[in-house]
Formats: sequence, C-alpha cells, structure tokens
Amino acid sequence: MEFSGVKRRKPRLVDNQKNACYPHSLQFYLQPPSENISLIEFENLAIDRVKLLKSVENLGVSHVKGTEQYQSKLEAELRKLKFSYRENLEDEYEPRRRDHISHFILRLAYCQSEDLRRWFIQQEMDLLRFRFSILPKDKVQSFLKDSHLQFEAISDGEKTLREQDLIASSPSLSAPSPTQLDLESVYKIPFADALDLFRGRKVYLENGFAYVPLRDIVAIILNDFRTKLSKALALTARSLPAVQSDERLQPLLNHLSHSYTGQDYSTQGNAGKISLDQIDSLSTKSFPPCMRQLHKALRENHHLRHGGRMQYGLFLKGIGLTLEQALQFWKQEFVRGKMDPDKFDKGYSYNIRHSFGKEGKRTDYTPYSCMKIILTNPPGQGDYHGCPFRHSDPELLRQKLESYRVSPAGMDQILDLVKGTHYQVACQKYFEMTHNVDDCGFSLSHPNQFFFESQRILSGGKDLKKESSQPDTPQAKQGVQKTKDASSALASLNSSLEVDVEELEELLQ
Amino acid sequence: METFDPAELPELLKLYYRRLFPYAQYYRWLNYGGVVKNYFQHREFSFTLKDDIYIRYQSFNNQSDLEKEMQKMNPYKIDIGAVYSHRPNQHNTVKLGAFQAQEKELVFDIDMTDYDDVRRCCSSADICSKCWTLMTMAIHIIDRALKEDFGFKHRLWVYSGRRGVHCWVCDESVRKLSSAVRSGIVEYLSLVKGGQDVKKKVHLSEKIHPFVRKSINIIERDFERYALVDQDILGNKESWDKILALVPETMHDKLQQNFQKDHNSLQRWEHLKKAISKYQSNNKNDKCGPWLEWEIMLQYCFPRLDVNVSKGINHLLKSPFSVHPKTGRISVPIDLQKVDQFDPFTVPTISSICHELDAISTNEDEKENGAESDIKRRTRDYKKTSLAPFVKVFEQFLENLDKSRKGELLKKSDLQKDF
Repeated sequence: MEFSGVKRRKPRLVDNQKNACYPHSLQFYLQPPSENISLIEFENLAIDRVKLLKSVENLGVSHVKGTEQYQSKLEAELRKLKFSYRENLEDEYEPRRRDHISHFILRLAYCQSEDLRRWFIQQEMDLLRFRFSILPKDKVQSFLKDSHLQFEAISDGEKTLREQDLIASSPSLSAPSPTQLDLESVYKIPFADALDLFRGRKVYLENGFAYVPLRDIVAIILNDFRTKLSKALALTARSLPAVQSDERLQPLLNHLSHSYTGQDYSTQGNAGKISLDQIDSLSTKSFPPCMRQLHKALRENHHLRHGGRMQYGLFLKGIGLTLEQALQFWKQEFVRGKMDPDKFDKGYSYNIRHSFGKEGKRTDYTPYSCMKIILTNPPGQGDYHGCPFRHSDPELLRQKLESYRVSPAGMDQILDLVKGTHYQVACQKYFEMTHNVDDCGFSLSHPNQFFFESQRILSGGKDLKKESSQPDTPQAKQGVQKTKDASSALASLNSSLEVDVEELEELLQ
Repeated sequence: METFDPAELPELLKLYYRRLFPYAQYYRWLNYGGVVKNYFQHREFSFTLKDDIYIRYQSFNNQSDLEKEMQKMNPYKIDIGAVYSHRPNQHNTVKLGAFQAQEKELVFDIDMTDYDDVRRCCSSADICSKCWTLMTMAIHIIDRALKEDFGFKHRLWVYSGRRGVHCWVCDESVRKLSSAVRSGIVEYLSLVKGGQDVKKKVHLSEKIHPFVRKSINIIERDFERYALVDQDILGNKESWDKILALVPETMHDKLQQNFQKDHNSLQRWEHLKKAISKYQSNNKNDKCGPWLEWEIMLQYCFPRLDVNVSKGINHLLKSPFSVHPKTGRISVPIDLQKVDQFDPFTVPTISSICHELDAISTNEDEKENGAESDIKRRTRDYKKTSLAPFVKVFEQFLENLDKSRKGELLKKSDLQKDF
C-alpha cells in the first residue's frame, strides 16, 4: 500500500470494472488493497472499522448471535458506518472498498500481541458469520466458487444413496419426509478440512471425505478464515517494524488498538455548572462505580494517590468543574487530612493546574476513557483507581455492588459479564439496574458518558441538541463535526468527533 | 514354550539382534521407498538399555548403521519417534527453535488397564483369554472406522507384548497430519468418558451417528459370549449393582427382585432389556435417552483410547519387533484377517525363539558346508522360528505400501507427462 500526503485521488473506474473488483458483499480478505489513499482516509477508515468491531463485540454480548435483534442492530451499524453487508444493493462499490481497506489497516494495529490478535480474529469472524448468514442461497455457490474454496456439491443420486447416513450424522438435518435433503446441497470435502464437525461426530464420513450440508459449511468456512487470518497476522507482525518506521503511521498504529473512538468529554460547554456541594450526592446518583469508589476513598482518607488523582480529577473536569473549583475541592479534602495548606499549594496545586492545561506544555488533558482505565496502570495496594469490574476480586465486587443496592438478579448478570471479561457491558448493566431502565440505550466507553447519560435520565431526558444549557444541569453540547487537516488529525488521535474550534479556544481562556 | 527369565535378557537380546531381528523389512518400512530424501536419517529412535538407562535422539544413516548400533547397544526396548527437520543425533548443533518434529505415523495405544472398571477377571497389567476379547472388539471397531470412515489404507496392528495393542497408520498423507487433526480423530473415536468418579460414562444423543451404530453392531456379535458368559457382568449382586447404577432409580427395585430369582447373567440381561423398553415407552421425555441398553454395552465393551499417545507428532511409541522386558514377548504384527484367532499367550517369547534357533543351528552345523555367507544365513534365521508367520504379515503390509507408492508415482508422472 502506498501512502501519499496529497489530496485524495479516487481511482476512476467504470461501473462494471467496479463491480468486478468486489463481486460480493463479503470477502475473505486474501488480497491486500493496492491503491493510493490519503492519510486522512487511512485514519478515518481505521477508526470506523474499530467502531464497527466494537459494536460487533457489544452486540454479541448483549444479544444472542443470529437472532432478529442482533441481526437488525448489526445491519444498522454497518449501514451507519457505510460498510458493506448485503448483496443486491445499489452502489455497493464504495462500502465494499472501505471494508476491504479498513480490514487490512487494522491488521497492522492488531497483530502486535496475542490478546489483540485474538480479539480481532473473534470480531472479524462474527462479522463474517453474520454476512454469510444473510447471503441469499443462489449467491452462496458463486461466492464459494469465487473464493476458490474446494467445495464440491454431490449429485442428487449420491445424496439419495447416503440419505439415511447423512440424516443420522448431521444435527442440522432432521428426519425423513421428502426432506430438506432434496433441497439442500451437500458438499464433499476432505475430512481434515472439516475438523470442527467430524471431531464431535456431527458429520458423515466416508472414505476420507466429510459430507457436509450447506448450513454446516459455515463452520468450516469460519474455521478456514480463522486459520488464514491467524497466519496472516503472524506474518504481518514480522513485517511490522518496517511499517512502524514510517513516521506518519507510527502514532496511529500505536494508539489504534487502544483508541477510544467516541467523544472525549474534554469540553462540555458546561464548565461551572456544578457546585461543590452537589458532588457527594452526584457521586451516588450519577457517577460510574470507578469514580464513586474514588470519591468515597477521598472523603474517607482525605487523600488519594497519583493514579487516583489523575483519573478522578480529570473526570471532575469533564463533568464541569472549573480550575478554581477543583483547587478548592482538593485542598479542602487534603487539609481535612491534616495536610498543611502550604504543602498542598506547593505540591499538589501545580499538578491540578497542569492537568487543566495551565502549566508546562499546556496540554488540556482529556478525561480517561474506559479502555484507558481498564488497560493501563492497574491499581496496587493503597490505590483506588482503575475499573472495579476489571480490577476487583469478584467477591469484593459483589460486596461493593450490594452496598450500592444492586438487586441479586442484576448481580448475577453483572458477575457473569465480568467473568466473560465484558467489563464495560457489566458497567452498562449496573447503569440499567441503578437507573431502572431495561436498555441503557448507549454503548458505554467513557466514565463521563455514564455521568452524562445518567443526568439525562434523571432530568427527564430532554433533547440536548435543540435546547441550550439548563441551569444546574450539566449538559454536553454535541460537537460540530468539522474536518481538520491531516497533521492535527494525527495529533489528536483520541477523538473522532471534532469539537468546534472556536468553542475550544473560548473555554481555554 | 520356554519360560522367560528376565535375567537372561542380555544374552538373549544379543542373539536376537544378531540373528533374528528382521532388519531388512524394518528398514524397508521406515525408509518408505526412499522417495523423500533423508526420511530415514531424520527419524528419531530411543533406546532403553540395561538398568533403565534411556537415550533419546538416536538416528541412523542406513540399515547397516542401524544394525551395528543395535547390536552394539543391545537395547532392552526400542521406541520410534518422529521424522525431524534435522538428524536427531545432531539436534544439539541446530539453532534453537529450528529443530522441529515434522512427520510421524498416526498411532493408537489400547491398554487393558484402562478397562479395569469393567472387567472382573483381571486387573492392571494382567490379561487372560476372557478379557482379551476386549482387544479383539477394539481392533475391529477402530480398524473399521480408520478404513471406511477416514479412508486410511495402511494400518499396522501390533501386539504390545503385555496388555494391549498398538496401531500404526502409515499413509503418506496421514504422516503429515497436524496435532489438531490427530486429536480430532481420537475424539471422533471416543465414546467412553469420565474417570473413577463418573459412574455413567456413555451418553448417546437422540440421533445415532453411523460410526456409533456400526460399532454397536460389532459389539453385538460378541456381547453375549464375552459379557454375559465370560465376564458374567450380572453374575452376582456386586456386579449387577454396578449395572443398575447406569439405569434410572425407578427401575431398581423390580430388577433387584428379578435378579434374585434369575440364575445367570443371560437371564438377568433379558429381564433388564424388558424393563428398559417398558420404561422407555412410559417415560418419553425423561433424562434417560432412548438408547439405554446400548449405553451399557458400550460402557462395558467400547475401546478406550489414550489421546496423549495419538495427538503428539513427537510422541515415542514402542517399536514393532521390540521385546517386552517383563514378559519376554515380541511385539508382533497382528494379521487383520485373523484377528479373532489371535492369542496373546501363543505369541513367541524371546527365549522360545532363541531356543528354537539354537536347536536348528545345532542340526544345521552338522550339515554345514561353509559356503553360505553370514548375512544370507541370518536373513533366513527368523524364518526357521515361530517368528516367521509374523514377519510374513509385516511383509504383506510392506507390499501394500509399495503398491500404493508406485501408484502414486505413476499418477504424478502422468500429470507431469513424464514418459
């Protein structure tokens, strides 16, 4: 792949040439793309696909895969992000192209560790499974053929000969009557290619071949896909140093797998809308467990260590505390802990000012996303930061949630999600339990998002876009989407929704 | 037959390795026609010497090299391992990580000890004619599946020398199979699951896979004689309680009553079958499946495989024609045409064949004309002993391998249009 810093050059293809490039709505990603694209497009495609795969993950956890709900939500997500999913739609070239290129970009980011590879492969497999499942029957054969998979359908005569055995072997085929078997194709493939089927005796074997009905072919295809992708990622990892030495790509690739791709909550347009005496009650009503626990520890110990100060301090900034309020808040608490006020001024206030961008290189630090909290800087003895769902012992977590009045039924669901390492979904569940809603309506990826959504519900869920800010209710303004130029896009990798530049300047006064 | 005395092994093995071990056929096997360069040279062997000294990563240049080493070392036991990327005896000179096991036959090890929970006549290393039927059934069941389901053509079954049998599947494509596929094959062939703490080890689902159905057919042939007569599995309260533990509780009382009145396992089995079918017609949706009778038969008769032996490409397994140091028996190939007649107690021991050789040699020496070369004499020595028929079975196996190989080469050269 070549990268140019020049403005985007779309290859000019005639319609049937376009169709020939991508004859199907899905593919196995066997050939890397070979056009030139701009850095902006490179970054955007990558970010969009990360969003897609995260949705795939979330939906896979909150719904049973393959159900109506799951499928329609996933389809909506694909449509929103403009990736391909269905055959027989108009103008499919662009979505398919985006799908193709973004997959290969993400390989660069996700080949770097065992965990990343596993995650990437799992989501890509689920995505492929979905797309395959909605392929119309007549398209299946041509797709298989185009993908050069050696699946040979057997003749009707051969089917009849083995009818009893086929029905007895395949769980997906049910007993007699002019069958299903007459309508469905059966494929003859070398037994070793059907490992997942034959090991559990879920397929008929004869003379070294497995006789696989169409609906079971999916398992085989996915297996094949997984093997190939796994090998490809290993190969990619080996060539990675060469790619990473390209300065244009290095920051993006390093951050992509950890990237948070939602609002960064750095500016809310609501600064000063919270008063300090509200914090205690807000902490129990609207704070996510991670911040609630930090606040409690701060009140009890009149102190927090650095990790906790950063995580909590930035969160408070995100919900609307001004610098002055922050300084007052922390000083008050630390002094209660018998700290000398002067010592506070000397040692701690500098750091608070720094995190508001008033000192040093004046970066306005953004509040930590869930990903960041979960993956980096795990808490040690005496620390209260981190994500309780990730970092607490399950028993302790249970006790904590009980003290937060989570019902036993909800508790079990939450603990199951934790066991399955779905920490953010567990937190969503917590949100649902504590706010008494069935579906929180959002995909949680940021503590400030939790706060924002909570406040929205508690204040009656008013539509935020239309209304200007309400008194005493901190609200976030949805940033206006503006495209930045390439260099700043690369610099602010943690955001994809660009904030209105003028607003930003105002707030930093 | 001569009684075997382990103390005599060193002397016996000397004679065995000098005059009886079938080197030519052995080399012919592992060389696989010399089609792949260095295939034999990269094969790992391991020797167990006197006093339990164990040496791995032995490898040899050719048949003569192999012979010399074996005669020199006099191994008590020989194991065959994988074909590696480099000569095993030079593996220390290879860069770390580069020395890899690449190919090996697919092997199975069926051991009588794994059936201790279901045989009453013997336990652990002991075997008798009553329980040997388990091995016979196992060979029939597994071999049928390997041949008919998986399409494997070259299967060598070998008596392990004491309490079980081994199978070596030598097809070219099979030698290349990955560990995952080997595991999958064992899984396909497994029905009995669970250790000591699991009472009911076989659960069949609604649908009976053809593999299961065909295996049951094989067991049914021998079940009455083996289980109800020889093993007498319903012979007394202790043993029939074990079987009752496999059927729903509600059937127990009635059955206990009937069993008391019955005189033998055959009658009790009849009662059991009747009770089962009655129960099943009354309890369609119960926890117990529709195949209770078969589940019991399978638990008592179906083969039990050790997955660890089969899945590892680098796993070392006892070599055919190796001697068992405790019983003295030679690990001989089993004639698949005569599986039912195979009797482990008539397998020659090293002492018996050495004895036979001695007896013949003394006769021959009297007629000796001195013109024959040493090698020629040796190659016919085993033929004069009870080892002969077993070497014949082995040779038949090798013939088939050769035929296949020639067929493949022809196919390939046709494709390439080499005339």
